Amino acid sequence: MEFFLISLLNGVTYGLLLFMLSSGLTLIFSMMGILNFAHASFYMLGAYFAYQISAYVGFWPALIVAPLTVGVIGALVERYGLRRAHHYGHVAELLFTFGLAFLIEEIVHLIWGKAAVDYRVPGSLEGTLFTLFSTSFPIYKGFMMLVSVGMLLALYGLLTRTRIGLIIQAALSRPDMVEALGHNVPRIFMLVFGGGAALAGLAGVIGGNAFVTEPGMAAAVGSIVFVVVVVGGLGSLAGAFVASLLIGIIQTFAVAIDFSVTDMAAALGIDLAGGSNLARLSISQLAPVLPYLLMVAILIFRPRGLMGARES
Amino acid sequence: MLEVNDLHAFYGKSHILHGVHLTVGRGEIVSLLGRNGVGRSTTVKAVMGQVAARGSVKYQGEEILGLKAHEIARKGLGYVPEDRAIFPDLTVRQNLMLGMKSRKPGGRWHMDDMFELFPRLKERADTAGGVLSGGEQQMLTLCRTLMGDPDLVMIDEPTEGLAPKIVEQVGHFLSEIRKRGISVLLVEQKLAIALDISERLYVMGHGRIVFEGTPRSLRDNESVRKEWLEV
Repeated sequence: MEFFLISLLNGVTYGLLLFMLSSGLTLIFSMMGILNFAHASFYMLGAYFAYQISAYVGFWPALIVAPLTVGVIGALVERYGLRRAHHYGHVAELLFTFGLAFLIEEIVHLIWGKAAVDYRVPGSLEGTLFTLFSTSFPIYKGFMMLVSVGMLLALYGLLTRTRIGLIIQAALSRPDMVEALGHNVPRIFMLVFGGGAALAGLAGVIGGNAFVTEPGMAAAVGSIVFVVVVVGGLGSLAGAFVASLLIGIIQTFAVAIDFSVTDMAAALGIDLAGGSNLARLSISQLAPVLPYLLMVAILIFRPRGLMGARES
Repeated sequence: MLEVNDLHAFYGKSHILHGVHLTVGRGEIVSLLGRNGVGRSTTVKAVMGQVAARGSVKYQGEEILGLKAHEIARKGLGYVPEDRAIFPDLTVRQNLMLGMKSRKPGGRWHMDDMFELFPRLKERADTAGGVLSGGEQQMLTLCRTLMGDPDLVMIDEPTEGLAPKIVEQVGHFLSEIRKRGISVLLVEQKLAIALDISERLYVMGHGRIVFEGTPRSLRDNESVRKEWLEV
């Protein structure tokens, strides 16, 4: 029970963080048709900016300033990069974001080096929030949950309760008509791209110190975020939410399970001790593979994802 | 009010419009007729800035060719596309709200006017646009464009695929628009409606204007009707 509850809490925390990343990616994809390979790079920039800003003025200002800075960079990338690449078609856009991901990684190498930086959880958020049976749940994870849920509610409110949210929703299906009604769609695209980048940046600020801030973090989380978007269904925010939680929870549980197929067979009275090495691998060792396995299964059995509206 | 001169448009390498010219005066209903594929929709899209074109398009005396679609819309040109382009996940009310160019209601039309003209839309105000019938979607797309208070509205095939009773409602609606001083450029295939409500008509063939005149002169001109309109 204890294991279950703690793993569930950890899984939900991780899942919410994934949603912060995937929500921006899926919004950008469904609205602009751009699969943004550099999305996770904005996550990394958020973490590094927060590290740098916290070194001077502390964590709390960094929590606000770092995502905003990343958002502005995102908006500029859309305005002066992607919008130009757009004239040459989707392949050019894809290559542009691909190149941008490498560029950002090299810039991070140049400025902060190749090793991990010492970006820590602030002192005021260290410690235990509560103890469940004998396992403690840290304050910082509670804080991550709070920020994620706050972001989720804000995003939901923005999309459903405001005029700009309506325009964004309409532009998901018919940007040409939205523009013909007199709304400045290129500006909306820029705002959505900047907003998506800012959300990724925010995820970096609160995830960078919970995990590790290093130049490989974008690649590590980037592939998982793509899995989330594919599993949830391209272009579906609700799908991205469900898939984020699903993958967050599956991975967290899997990492904590030490059983192997051999152990399970033994529990059933079957002796596989002399079997292959594969059967001796524990579930926790297989954990990194599980999201990709899920993605492949989804692509085979339900190509449009759990809640996606489109096939491609 | 709208003056189109020597308009050329291309899709890739194919030359679609070959020097189209037409005018629409204030408070006029002008129809653009022709068979499928002669360039009527492309003409309207080019005026609206949705298809790259060369030549001249003047609205209220000002050159608008080369402007972006949203800038053209804000000058007072409204556009109702052939495929209606309803936002499927938004409700009828939200679709109408998006027709307004700013948050503040103003201009000639309010949501209540739309509901009065088409009571069916009021009944379905909180229904998602995507589940409406074809006729209801046509009413919605017309009303949505009017909510932006255009002075001239270009309507592409509003009666296509609709039941005769709804076609009649659309005709009534166009007359209502004219009463409020709005000009209409109507792209149509149904000759009867166009002859009935237009002040002037243009007939297109092979990307050019092949006839211009009044409904009476088109009625009298059998050769134009035979060559360019009748199937």
